[in-house]
Amino acid sequence: MSQLRAQIDRWIAEGSGWGAAAGLHELLSAEGLSNATAAFALARYERLRPHLSLIPYKVAILRSFTVEPVIPILRVAGFRNGLDLTVQVGEFNVYAQEILDEASVLYGFDPQAVILAVDTRSVAPELWSEYADLSSRDAEAVVDRVCQQYRDWVQVFRRYTKAHLIVHELERPAFPAMGVFDGQSAPGQRERIAEINGRLRMLARETRGVYTLDYQGLVSRRGSDNWNDERKWRSVRLPIAAPHLPGLAGEWLRYLQPLSGRVAKVAVLDLDNTLWGGVVGEDGPTGIRLGSEHPGAAYQLFQRALLDLTRRGILLAVASKNNPADAMEVIEKHDGMLLRPHHFAALRINWNDKAASLREIAAELNVGVDSLAFLDDNPVERQRVRGELPEVMVIDLPEDPWKYATTIRECPFFERLALSEEDRHRTEYYTAEKQRVALESSSSTREDFLRSLEQVAEIAAVNPQTLARVAQLTQKTNQFNLTTRRYSEQQVTAMADDPACQVLSIRVKDRYCDNGLVGVAVTRDAGDACTIDTFLLSCRVIGRGVEAAFLAHMAEQARLRGKARLEGWFLPTKKNAPAREFYSSHGFEQVREEPQGSLWVLDLETKAAAWPDWIERGTQVEVTA
Amino acid sequence: MTGPVWEQVTQIAADVLGADRASLDEHSGPEKIESWDSVQHLNLMLALESHFSLQFDPDEMDKMTTLGKITQVIQAHAGSPSSS
Repeated sequence: MSQLRAQIDRWIAEGSGWGAAAGLHELLSAEGLSNATAAFALARYERLRPHLSLIPYKVAILRSFTVEPVIPILRVAGFRNGLDLTVQVGEFNVYAQEILDEASVLYGFDPQAVILAVDTRSVAPELWSEYADLSSRDAEAVVDRVCQQYRDWVQVFRRYTKAHLIVHELERPAFPAMGVFDGQSAPGQRERIAEINGRLRMLARETRGVYTLDYQGLVSRRGSDNWNDERKWRSVRLPIAAPHLPGLAGEWLRYLQPLSGRVAKVAVLDLDNTLWGGVVGEDGPTGIRLGSEHPGAAYQLFQRALLDLTRRGILLAVASKNNPADAMEVIEKHDGMLLRPHHFAALRINWNDKAASLREIAAELNVGVDSLAFLDDNPVERQRVRGELPEVMVIDLPEDPWKYATTIRECPFFERLALSEEDRHRTEYYTAEKQRVALESSSSTREDFLRSLEQVAEIAAVNPQTLARVAQLTQKTNQFNLTTRRYSEQQVTAMADDPACQVLSIRVKDRYCDNGLVGVAVTRDAGDACTIDTFLLSCRVIGRGVEAAFLAHMAEQARLRGKARLEGWFLPTKKNAPAREFYSSHGFEQVREEPQGSLWVLDLETKAAAWPDWIERGTQVEVTA
Repeated sequence: MTGPVWEQVTQIAADVLGADRASLDEHSGPEKIESWDSVQHLNLMLALESHFSLQFDPDEMDKMTTLGKITQVIQAHAGSPSSS
């Protein structure tokens, strides 16, 4: 491995960013994220920054224990996953002051996310080590005190910052103080700590942008005998044994990854030795390993994990080198398959290069290649895809298929912290889209097709039910997005509360399905102009007149409010080419050209934006201002 | 110093401290290497613990002030059946 280190340094010296990044990936896969490897890798990633496509993200950690050795590991894991994390660590045990003081270092740093890494020893010492001395009433009082403290912190935090807050739930000691008697006659130590955690989760559910982290679950997965290091706690205030520091960093990343928006929208899967054991072309449909018993159960567990992903709004697709007839026979008919043809939004079963298949899948599903995760048991295919398409999230499946499911379940790219109804049904939308494509090819004219879709558009002001989805769309929409401004739920709420601001959403139904909430527009009035701050639509409804309908509504509303002009910026990004011609093709005239974009104006006194007559106005459309 | 433990200790120290491995010898310590502060000392201890699958006593950690002494402590662990 010292040769690989030297090679990485040569690549960096030669300016081969991709080579060095691939080398670092190989090094980290081989050695894991120990403090030594992380230190080496961090220094290299810092130098590689200009060559990598990274999302900057600021995180503050408030803590009651030593976290410094976890930070380099976290940052390396972030770099590997496309995030450039700036991390600020608060002083020991001053988390309460930091939160409660508006002028604190914490708020001065202006973090995007804050992790409250506080442990039971510090926040509830009585419940950790003195439980045997407590009466039932004492214990209850401690639970109430601790919950009230958290409630105060969270409320003040929410007042001072829009940052996300990730709160560590409390760990329980490996052994209850009363041994096996704990909880036998009255609520025990474990229940008291569990009660705090339950109330923390409730607090998180009712407070926007607050989440809890299942610390006990993390410790349990690793085994508390291995995780805890009492000697280190007593000497350097680090309660976690060295081999498990990457475990904590990884758990943090499962939150930071979805918060930063760098996540996978599609999981592209290989078939042979990935979705089932063996090679269907050689072993035949009856010879492959797949079922509820050993050895096929490993693959079925993996399929169950993938099925769970579809309920988080993640699409599944196949990129496999196979005879389509062999593979489809298994997917359609094999008793052991949990995944069936309708679970896959796109299929590429052929003998083509996988990078080509991935590009086709991205195009078919209207997503960027950088929204794809690629899962293949074959390291050669993974390496090829990394080389050809460095923006794809290539996931290293372990050699042991029994570990496939866990690999998916702990992968930060598949985590979500907000889920809308749309997410839960996304796979169905794509199945409906395939039917629409079939209809389009059988329609004689484009207009026939659009009419036969029987679309209904409902436009409404944002409300508490649609807030999460509206914020999510601003975070995730890259292609049809005129300004690509990202807003948190808190920021959307602030705009909705501003009387000069209108935050609108559009829902589109057609004969095949309810597409759900697919677009957002934010307009702001100033003088006699109404400015489009944000205008975006999900790609699945583009090109069917929905964008024109949404614009017509905005123009209509602006005119009703007495505005003379509707204006908006087009701010080009690497990805929003589909929106480039929008203003020019809808009657706007360009009035300014700046390096960052162009300003377009529609004169409301002389021009109209027409609502397409093949789209019906839904019941919720507000006609009054 | 030579031997497999020494080789591994210097590789890990070079990684953690961002030092050129060839520049390290058994006398290398916080006084000679500028980046070797208390945070890096802890990182070094943790990296060694992970790598050699052992846990140092707080007393040992205070004594491990040069790469030579570090190597001796690890060799002593390897020689005693109660280690790791």
